[in-house]
Amino acid sequence: MSTEARAGHFPAVDWSGGTLPYRVGHRKLGMWLFIVSDSLTFSALLMGYAYLRASNNWPTPFPFYPSIVFSSVMTFCLLSSSLTMVFGVSASSRGDKAGARKWILATIFFGVSFIVLHLIEWNHLIGEGMRPFYLPEHWVKVFTLSDGTPPSPLFGATFFTITGLHMFHVATGAIYLFVVAMRVNKLKHEDVEISGLYWHFVDLVWMFVFPLIYIMSVDMHGALGH
Amino acid sequence: MAAHAEEHFAGSNKLFISIWGWLVGLTLVEIFLAYKTLPIHIMLTILMGLSIIKAALIVAYFMHLKFERLSLILTIVPMLVICICLLMVFFPDSFRSSGLRYQFKESPPVAPAPAEEP
Repeated sequence: MSTEARAGHFPAVDWSGGTLPYRVGHRKLGMWLFIVSDSLTFSALLMGYAYLRASNNWPTPFPFYPSIVFSSVMTFCLLSSSLTMVFGVSASSRGDKAGARKWILATIFFGVSFIVLHLIEWNHLIGEGMRPFYLPEHWVKVFTLSDGTPPSPLFGATFFTITGLHMFHVATGAIYLFVVAMRVNKLKHEDVEISGLYWHFVDLVWMFVFPLIYIMSVDMHGALGH
Repeated sequence: MAAHAEEHFAGSNKLFISIWGWLVGLTLVEIFLAYKTLPIHIMLTILMGLSIIKAALIVAYFMHLKFERLSLILTIVPMLVICICLLMVFFPDSFRSSGLRYQFKESPPVAPAPAEEP
């Protein structure tokens, strides 16, 4: 049923108690409200990053390999995990519990792959000498402007905070999905759907983190000799 | 409960695969753009536009909001969009402060010479 069709018969009596005005259960509504508040957390972090970036000489140090290749594969992992999660919820709606479990485990596989790839990428940057409040010395040399303005040392702080918080969400999501997959026989369909909402939200956040953090920080002219 | 579940799960697997295809395609466009030399405001506009399209696809189809009641959509979406837009109130200050930093690039500020003090 389309949204427009439903808006047509929007009965005021729904609000007088004893029914579900949004036609979703309280747990699902709770997850939606959590997602709204979590979106604001990430929005605020990304705005803070944009603020710092606009007011500083910002380094653009990410090489094609490994940073961009890794982050692109990670994006692919998350997008695919969302697809398998949709299949899991779809199977659950048909009452196919075994199918739901299989697809949710596939989702966890993609989620864990994302975390592993991301940790390799972090390890590479830490190995280069990037820290939350320091840049590697050779980056400072390369990205210092001709008038002597050094690159902002907060590059690492924004990078580790935003991607770290996102990775934490992926990790908790993987644990959450694992619990759901193990208990899928006891859970109602709506509970599976709610875990799907959380997982898709984690994917959604990455759709903003990836272009803003990675694509906007590409070392396009090979300044670092990559 | 069965009717309830059915109500909340519209959309075929074919539809979801095509949405996934769009999401992957738009991501590839972003990676392609990463290696294009564009003025930063145009680059940002295009990247954010693509991200918002991708987010809308995820929310509408994967998170099923398109198939929910309009009252739920109206409760969640406009409030979030307004709050996020309000966060942009800081930007004028960001551009202002860029002119205030690094005034002492070459050497740290020196204390006034003692002779000048009475």
